[in-house]
Amino acid sequence: MTGLSTTHEATSPTTIAAKKSASASSFAFQDALFHRSTQFFALLVLATLAGIIASLFIGSWLTLTQSGPRFFVTDVWDPVRNLYGGMAPLWGTLITATIALVIGVPVSFGIAIFLTEMCPPVLKRPLGTAVELLAAIPSIIYGMWGLFILSPILAELQPSISATLGKLPIIGTIFQGPPMGIGVFTAGLILSIMVIPFIASVMRDVFETTPPILKESAYGLGATTWEVMWNVVLPYTKAGVIGGIMLGLGRALGETMAVTFVIGNAYNISLQLFDAGNSIASSLANEFNEASDPNHLSALITLGLMLFFLSFLVLALSRWMLTSLSKKEGSRT
Amino acid sequence: MSFQVSLGDAAKEAPKTNAVTKIAIKNLNFFYGSFQGLRNISMEIPERQVTAYIGPSGCGKSTLLRTLNRMYSLYPGQRAEGEIIFNGANVLDPKQDLNALRGQIGMVFQKPTPFPMSIYDNIAFGVKLYEKLSKSDMDDRVEWALKKAALWGEVKDKLSQSGLSLSGGQQQRLCIARGIAVKPEVLLLDEPTSALDPISTARIEELISELRDDYTIVIVTHNMQQAARVSQHTAYMYLGELIEFTPTAEIFVKPKDKRTEDYITGRFG
Repeated sequence: MTGLSTTHEATSPTTIAAKKSASASSFAFQDALFHRSTQFFALLVLATLAGIIASLFIGSWLTLTQSGPRFFVTDVWDPVRNLYGGMAPLWGTLITATIALVIGVPVSFGIAIFLTEMCPPVLKRPLGTAVELLAAIPSIIYGMWGLFILSPILAELQPSISATLGKLPIIGTIFQGPPMGIGVFTAGLILSIMVIPFIASVMRDVFETTPPILKESAYGLGATTWEVMWNVVLPYTKAGVIGGIMLGLGRALGETMAVTFVIGNAYNISLQLFDAGNSIASSLANEFNEASDPNHLSALITLGLMLFFLSFLVLALSRWMLTSLSKKEGSRT
Repeated sequence: MSFQVSLGDAAKEAPKTNAVTKIAIKNLNFFYGSFQGLRNISMEIPERQVTAYIGPSGCGKSTLLRTLNRMYSLYPGQRAEGEIIFNGANVLDPKQDLNALRGQIGMVFQKPTPFPMSIYDNIAFGVKLYEKLSKSDMDDRVEWALKKAALWGEVKDKLSQSGLSLSGGQQQRLCIARGIAVKPEVLLLDEPTSALDPISTARIEELISELRDDYTIVIVTHNMQQAARVSQHTAYMYLGELIEFTPTAEIFVKPKDKRTEDYITGRFG
């Protein structure tokens, strides 16, 4: 004890107080510095965003002033005659992203249910890691695989799909088109494989946040695993699930390389999904190098602007879905 | 100063000697992996009466409750050996239809667990699993269950609001109503008031006393006074063993086993 007290004498209360007042100003300075620098980084994001929007607007000014709103409703894209309409790539982007979600969301839901509810513990880690690794594959690999492996297989299958599903009333049209193996459907299929790891791993993570006691009380009423997942876990985790789907949609809308390989690159609006098409991102990738004419360049930048706003719409859509879903659940006042 | 537990009406009432056995547990052993949670439990739970499980934390009382509706089956690595005879069949039989079993044996948990949906749908959810009712029949069933759980008066004007908008005590009564709505024969209550304030607790206890005319109730409680107030039979468990199972009036007045006496008089636990 005596040994301890001697060392403590060096920092008696008075010296501590003196030190405190001396360093107070330096602490205040450090805090201010920290505050300012983090604020700067945060504002940098806003500035970058504003800069991108401004440069997109400036770049697309020529097209916007010359064609005006007509650009968004015409589907002619003819660099030779200098006629540009953005509807075909817009259509292609929307339809491939839709196919990606229609296939990807149910599959991801199934993966997430299996991983959280039914998977034997030994398989949980390897399977979860495998799903996440799918996300690490570079998109050009998906593109090459799609072109060299998947398309020939699809080319074999498409005639029989057209002959069967294609004969259905109303929805039959979408299963038709030239059976070349490449086209809008193939692009959507590749995209669905690319979005599955994102959606599935987000779904798995949020499903695991459901309190076991909540699931048990549904099981305790005699609900099956499906009923528990669909009626209890999904509503409980809806914010996360919608977030995951929007993450996947964001990737599907902007994906360039893989889509460019397999979509067929034709400015074409068709309900027949086996037809070749084009997406905004693949148009840009294909034509930016050769766009020497200012009109052509401006039209391409206008496509970029469209894609930018499409992403904003996706964000807004997810917000809207969340509020309307919580309304359905009943108010909480 | 010795510790005195006051008995409730349920306990003072002479236990019906001719009570029919609803659930018969025979030589039940339970394992969490290699750890044995229950040791050779045998007991008979009487019909339309309240049976309470008491004992210190980790004694296996919740585990025992969770074997009765096979809730443990959700978790790999947990297994039970022995027999639990309910309505002439062994609950532990691997061929047992769990969904049907859980329709007959309802459960309410430590914390209120309303589903993320409206009050109405919370009740209707369980009913829809077993019956196809018309809208008006479903309305009647929801009203009946909420009345049975003494909640109807408080929520009848806001059935479309979220179940999460209710107070903790109301949520727990909603969970009881949800359990009753599927018309089970047995209700398992796993420390149903441990997350509630004293007033809500009193309401739930009152509710339990009313429900015992129609249902066989098994309640796990951390609180000896609660067992004394609501139950007619009390089982004292310690380290996975059933030490004593007698009418509530007897166990609190003159426990047969020294360990029960030590626990009840507050010498440990």
